[in-house]
Amino acid sequence: MTITEKILAAHAGRDNVSAGELINAKVDLILANDITAPISINEFKKIGAKDVFDRDRIAFIPDHFAPQKDIKAAEQCKMLRDFSKEYDLDLYFEVGRMGVEHALLPEQGIVVPGDLVIGADSHTCTYGALGAFSTGVGSTDVASAMATGECWFRVPESMKFIYYGTLNKWVSGKDLILHTIGDIGVDGALYRAMEFEGEVISYLPMSGRLTICNMAIEAGGKNGIIVPDRITEDYVKGRAKREYKFYTADKDAEYVDIKEYDCSQIPLTVSCPHLPSNTKPAAELSSVSIDQVVVGSCTNGRIEDLRAAAEIIRGKKVSPNTRMIVIPATQQIYLEAVREGLAELFVEADAVFSTPTCGPCLGGHMGILAKGEKAIATTNRNFTGRMGHPESEVYLSNPAVAAASAVLGRIGTPEEVL
Amino acid sequence: MILKGRVWKFGDNIDTDAIIPARYLNTSDPEELARHLMEDADRDFPTKVRAGDMIIADSNFGCGSSREHAPIAIKAAGIQAVVAKSFARIFYRNSFNIGLPIFESDDASEKISEGDEIEVDADRGIIKNVTKGEEYSAKPIPPFMQELISAGGLIEWTKKRIKVS
Ligand code: SF4
Repeated sequence: MTITEKILAAHAGRDNVSAGELINAKVDLILANDITAPISINEFKKIGAKDVFDRDRIAFIPDHFAPQKDIKAAEQCKMLRDFSKEYDLDLYFEVGRMGVEHALLPEQGIVVPGDLVIGADSHTCTYGALGAFSTGVGSTDVASAMATGECWFRVPESMKFIYYGTLNKWVSGKDLILHTIGDIGVDGALYRAMEFEGEVISYLPMSGRLTICNMAIEAGGKNGIIVPDRITEDYVKGRAKREYKFYTADKDAEYVDIKEYDCSQIPLTVSCPHLPSNTKPAAELSSVSIDQVVVGSCTNGRIEDLRAAAEIIRGKKVSPNTRMIVIPATQQIYLEAVREGLAELFVEADAVFSTPTCGPCLGGHMGILAKGEKAIATTNRNFTGRMGHPESEVYLSNPAVAAASAVLGRIGTPEEVL
Repeated sequence: MILKGRVWKFGDNIDTDAIIPARYLNTSDPEELARHLMEDADRDFPTKVRAGDMIIADSNFGCGSSREHAPIAIKAAGIQAVVAKSFARIFYRNSFNIGLPIFESDDASEKISEGDEIEVDADRGIIKNVTKGEEYSAKPIPPFMQELISAGGLIEWTKKRIKVS
């Protein structure tokens, strides 16, 4: 069995499962946010269950339109707060303690290796980086699981992605996943598990692994996953709030497809409008002027991402034709950025340094694009209208390329500014 | 169950931001969501669409976010069914969970034109093109999904299970 099949089998109380089967499995953690939880709450009430299945296993995180951007958003956030009080939920994160959900839960050790996690948010697939099976579902799935502690799944076929060779300077997990999506397309892994491995993955830090698994959904994948190792152990040790288990893949595990990439051939990569698969080398896009730069999100809002952007921008200024918005993904990252002097560095470079929020990533608030404007962002989606006006454009990149583009006022590479 | 209606056509990779842009997600009221259905893909769509219409699309319909607001908006606008070559997986499960009939058919997706009148036999997975006098078959729906549909969606199904246990 693959690691995905093993985790699913264990949670279904079975010795084995195989691809294509429909199973019911126990979940270790359920999450929803200020957009998806209100529907879950309404549906949960319709079920008529006496209580939630486990008050310690439901995480409600207001992060999309929080801090509450308008009255309607405030009403939605209030539903989460009220429900959490009513059912005495342990994992409700108020503004001031919250962060972007997929950055917050691994950081706080709330998701651990071997877990089966569902979330009413498509980027729930992020936690595969820890060796957990995690996948995005709908609000109604969450409502049902809140009552029963279980969810139905179709066991996915697995696809393997092997990365070998050495990474070029400034090339990161983001470039690997953008390059991969560019290769296989936005439905290249539809319904499938994406398992990432190879020598490059074996030394990639957890931040880069989280970025890669985060974007499995952009290739249509059900989950992204990396077999846990020393780096996983170092990351979870000291932060895991529950016991964890390392699952591995069997030698004879079945894969429907195996893709191999020589990383020395992978350039700094940018996804052009309006699909993540529309990739080009950053160096070929120097004619694209940029109105807004966003560094943040569940994809690239971790401290390592902020450090990479800071290294480029240190002692320089954001181009007068461009605005730059830096959003640490959690309160802890915010604090670290302040303590390390990164906040000061960004502000001195004329960038905005924001409180944690999803904000502009989904065109919510805190940096919306006008008609005809172009942005480069470290986020994960560049669909039409994703960051504002339907006639605006979003380019996706890693934090170093985004920061270099902020200095240049057009898409560019770190080499051009250092 | 036979569903009968007029067709609107869409292409590949229609994402959830196109179906219902995030700027409207500060509500989950179905009627309000329906008023903005597909507006970034076709600004006039919310005024053109009529109750009973159908959507026919190409591959990977509903890709992107997990927002259940997408199938909810489609249903609330009165769309009876969506037929596509393939669906993004979260959209697929959401549709079954909330009771929006969806069908996968390469043939139907390729041969049906905008404005055609079609008839969908939901139980047998047969799609009839009344305008062109053609018939296409959809991929069979897995037994568990049929169970969900006949229960009336996931919430009803869960209710039954809780009562039993
Ligand atoms: S940061 Fe963006 S992609 Fe991540 S959870 Fe928030 S809105 Fe979704």
